[in-house]
Amino acid sequence: MNILRKIIDNVKPTFSKGGKLGFLHSTFEAFEAFLFVPDSVTTNGVHIRDALDLKRTMSVVIIALMPALLFGMWNTGYQYNLSIGGSMTFWQMFWFGFLKILPLIVVSYVVGLAIEFTSAQIRGHQVNEGYLVTGLLIPMIMPVDIPLWILALAVAFAVIIGKEVFGGTGMNIWNPALLARAFVFFAYPSQISGDKIWIAGLSEGHGIVDGFSGATPLANAMSGASLPSFSDMFFGFIPGCVGETSKIAILIGAVLLIATGIASWKIMLSTVAGALCTGLLLNAVAPPDPASYLNIPAWYHLVMGGFAFGAVFMATDPVTSAQTEKGKWIYGFLIGVIVIIIRAFNPGYPEGMMLSILLMNTFAPLIDHYVVQSNIKKRLKRAAVIVK
Amino acid sequence: MNIPLKGKASNQITKNISSNIVAVKPSDFRNFSPKLLVKEGDAVLAGSPVLADKKNLSIRLCSPVSGTVKEIVRGEKRKLLAVLIENDHKNEHLQFTTLSKNAKKEEIIERLLEGGLWPTIKQRPYGIIPNPGVEPKSIFISGFDSSPLAPDLDFTLKRETEAIQAGIDVLNLLTKGGIHFSLNIDNFAGSPFHRIERVIFHTFEGPHPAGNVGIQINHVDPINKGDIVWTTDLYSLAAIGKLFTRGIYDVKRIIAITGPRCINPSYVECLPGMCMSDIKEYSDENSEVKNNNLPVRWISGNVLTGVNVGANGYTGFFHNQVTLISEGNYYEMLGWIKPFRSKKFSISRTYFSWLNCKKQYELDTNTNGDERAFVMTGVYEKVLPMDIYPTYLLKAILAEDIDNMEALGIYEVIEEDFALCEFVCPSKIKIQEIISKGIDLMLKEMA
Repeated sequence: MNILRKIIDNVKPTFSKGGKLGFLHSTFEAFEAFLFVPDSVTTNGVHIRDALDLKRTMSVVIIALMPALLFGMWNTGYQYNLSIGGSMTFWQMFWFGFLKILPLIVVSYVVGLAIEFTSAQIRGHQVNEGYLVTGLLIPMIMPVDIPLWILALAVAFAVIIGKEVFGGTGMNIWNPALLARAFVFFAYPSQISGDKIWIAGLSEGHGIVDGFSGATPLANAMSGASLPSFSDMFFGFIPGCVGETSKIAILIGAVLLIATGIASWKIMLSTVAGALCTGLLLNAVAPPDPASYLNIPAWYHLVMGGFAFGAVFMATDPVTSAQTEKGKWIYGFLIGVIVIIIRAFNPGYPEGMMLSILLMNTFAPLIDHYVVQSNIKKRLKRAAVIVK
Repeated sequence: MNIPLKGKASNQITKNISSNIVAVKPSDFRNFSPKLLVKEGDAVLAGSPVLADKKNLSIRLCSPVSGTVKEIVRGEKRKLLAVLIENDHKNEHLQFTTLSKNAKKEEIIERLLEGGLWPTIKQRPYGIIPNPGVEPKSIFISGFDSSPLAPDLDFTLKRETEAIQAGIDVLNLLTKGGIHFSLNIDNFAGSPFHRIERVIFHTFEGPHPAGNVGIQINHVDPINKGDIVWTTDLYSLAAIGKLFTRGIYDVKRIIAITGPRCINPSYVECLPGMCMSDIKEYSDENSEVKNNNLPVRWISGNVLTGVNVGANGYTGFFHNQVTLISEGNYYEMLGWIKPFRSKKFSISRTYFSWLNCKKQYELDTNTNGDERAFVMTGVYEKVLPMDIYPTYLLKAILAEDIDNMEALGIYEVIEEDFALCEFVCPSKIKIQEIISKGIDLMLKEMA
């Protein structure tokens, strides 16, 4: 440890402002701060600080994502095995998925962080930790067979257009990870919809089992086909994006996020409440035809598609969600409502979570505005009463 | 939220300090532009005016001791930092005549100004010295201090209850709205102040910042645009009481010496403006029981709102405690990801400090991370029990948007109310500095 510290202290002047490689100081500082908590001390204001910083906050989210990611790796292998009718062991399936997913993660981090570092460099700012989470979220909401160049393009779009043009982490309006997915969705629709893309190798014709369908439950629901069992969907033995399939893994992550207080339980709860209410309402008005989408039980929606993943990891992004506590209830509830409406009434695409969250990201400042205005009005009213 | 810092003062007075040098510092009083009334070598008595406010020359600061003016300390651009007075230890006071009980309001104000105690009253909004010509809506006094390692006022002021009562009776003549006096609900009956008369009592419960007068005002009778409210503290009240009953300027007080680097946390009797070198034996840096090699930071006041004055600095007028903590200028390898950092404290549950709620920590001045943009939400609200949206107010100040600052409640806050927000901020934003800028901006705009 001391040796490492000495090396850093030795090369530091080269990278400091005025040094030979002074223009790289943002990059250098980012690596230094990654290795060592800086020696900076408080100046004016408080003399002591809480031990929590953004690095640790982001690390907690990454740890919370781990169960879903590991399950996603295994499930990738498992689904592949099903499609080829093979007989892979547990570890073979996991290893298969690991090799499939690792390149996605690497590409996402390399492209995203390169852009982050460059823009920090240009602005002379410090590199923000926000992308550590975004960079892992993006591969987890993509189909496993997505071509790497499309992924790279999507990451670049999300980071540059979604974040850096607004001024970097903390200033963006939309969740960058979802923006990456939306980019793929609208620019390369064939790569992110249909029945073949959710399982590794299926689109290239690897699947050899007759009649095997790689359709997700949402696609089944859309076409009126029978759904997998609730428990299969809950535990995640279904095709889908890398990280979204296992609700139990997502729940573990949710528990960690709520227990540490990093993500807002209010948003998660109200999103679920919004979806359940809308789902029940649709059930109540559904026509007798059993194939009708409206007849899908409300709680099925919670385990289908990206709902759970979105509610836990996407809707709760502190930057793009509502910032006021009252606003969080409204924001979450509306996400839940809109996602079911999109799923049930929109023939175009089966999944509503992504668009629903992006839509509410757009309206979050408006919700906050009204919440804050009510506080302002209260204050004005108080003053008016006194004047009388 | 209470910060479990090690080094609370035990209830004993371990030293009676008669400083050789005391400082009168204009920076202790917000919005006070000093004009010198003395020059180096002048003889002064305790209670002789030393500085006056350029905007209103009747507002004065007085010398706490008798002796001679030793030095006028100036900083950059000849800014007046302090007037150092050498104590002749004769303790001679300038004698004021005592006023009769049915004195007029004007006479009282006149005496407070003359006696140098007017600046001990703070005006809300902004926490500045009030204008003697404006009558306040009411006066608020907090009867307990909830800040980290705060002195136990029940202990330090128990002998002063009569003087405090006298001070209350004086101030009662200056407002028609009455005096609001807040006590901690846990110790209401045990407090020597619950027998004080002619005040409106309020009780508050819970951890810091329950003892902050700003929080108390927000709950009792929040400040609206145009309102003027005064606040003062018990130490100042006692001094006011003595000015009127005994006719002298006596600000001698018992303050707490605290903190993890203090070897004998306890109370001392001293004057405000005392030099830290008078209490140097309380720092473990100068003793053999040194438990680490980090330098000591000498804070006049508490760890949230105090001022780093250094080992040879002087205590502030309103600071009733001194806190000694370690400087945190060290690197910690991969500290941000370590699951256990048993020496660090966090309100969040990303560390395990919440499991051990009895533990006391030796916190230091390391920021535990670099400054970032606002990212997390809902963190400040947990430690700011006011009907205010802190992030929105802070952003309005950063944007210098006066209308919004007003609408979002700038009148109701001063820096100390936001100190805990600054402590918990995961983005390490200097929140008190922002509030301070906001208040300065308001003062400039409203002038």
